[in-house]
Amino acid sequence: MARVLINVPARAKRGEVIELKTLISHPMESGYRVGTNGALIPRDIITLFTCTYNGQEIFRAELSPAIAANPFIAFFTTATESGTLAFRWSGDNGFSATETAVITVE
Amino acid sequence: MPDPPFLATNRRCFLIRSAGFAAGVGLLSAVPLRAIRATPQAMQEAIRKIVGEASLRQGRVRLDVPPLVENGNTVPLTVSVDSPMTEADHVQAIHIVNEKNPQPYIISATLGPRAGRASVSTRIKLADSQQVVALAEMSDGSFWSESADIIVTIAACVEDLH
Repeated sequence: MARVLINVPARAKRGEVIELKTLISHPMESGYRVGTNGALIPRDIITLFTCTYNGQEIFRAELSPAIAANPFIAFFTTATESGTLAFRWSGDNGFSATETAVITVE
Repeated sequence: MPDPPFLATNRRCFLIRSAGFAAGVGLLSAVPLRAIRATPQAMQEAIRKIVGEASLRQGRVRLDVPPLVENGNTVPLTVSVDSPMTEADHVQAIHIVNEKNPQPYIISATLGPRAGRASVSTRIKLADSQQVVALAEMSDGSFWSESADIIVTIAACVEDLH
């Protein structure tokens, strides 16, 4: 299981624009590097990141091999209601990780 | 004193052999390198694929990236777009492409009016000093772009692990 760090404010005012920061441990092996045996190291990257707010998708990113190792993605959303933010990463070799955060909107 | 048989060689023979060797090495090393490098043309094609038939205009997009980076393995980058982010007028997607990495795509992010602010930050790999272009796709179908030239002192991606 990959280690995940997310930064979501615990409380926000209704209608406030909040920043969501995410970081996940992953090698993001590009598939273009040559190993010690002279052969290309096979690609192993995260290809898709999505964020849902109470089940509704608010952000989606398709990643390429040009994203640095341990992908960091930060974006914004409007705090509309109290609930759960779910972050999901999926990629090569069946990689999948999910993390959730609870936000209280007052 | 005559040479021992396994070293028997003369100047002409040595030159021919070394020229052949050099050509062989040149061929071996040049072909795969050329094959895995994107080119400015590849970036233009990638932009064409994203934009389609729509027109592409400069402006409204801000691409924050250091002009000089020491380590191409991790380059912080922020794209923000000037937009009110309302139902009627918002940014639908932000794309980033590059010129000289092995392939031209970096990231394609989809957002909506709920984002509140059209801004995405990430960290990327750069294999060479090159131009990076950020494209914003608006809800009315128009495309806006901004480019930045970045000088990289230590490249990423294609170095060998020895």
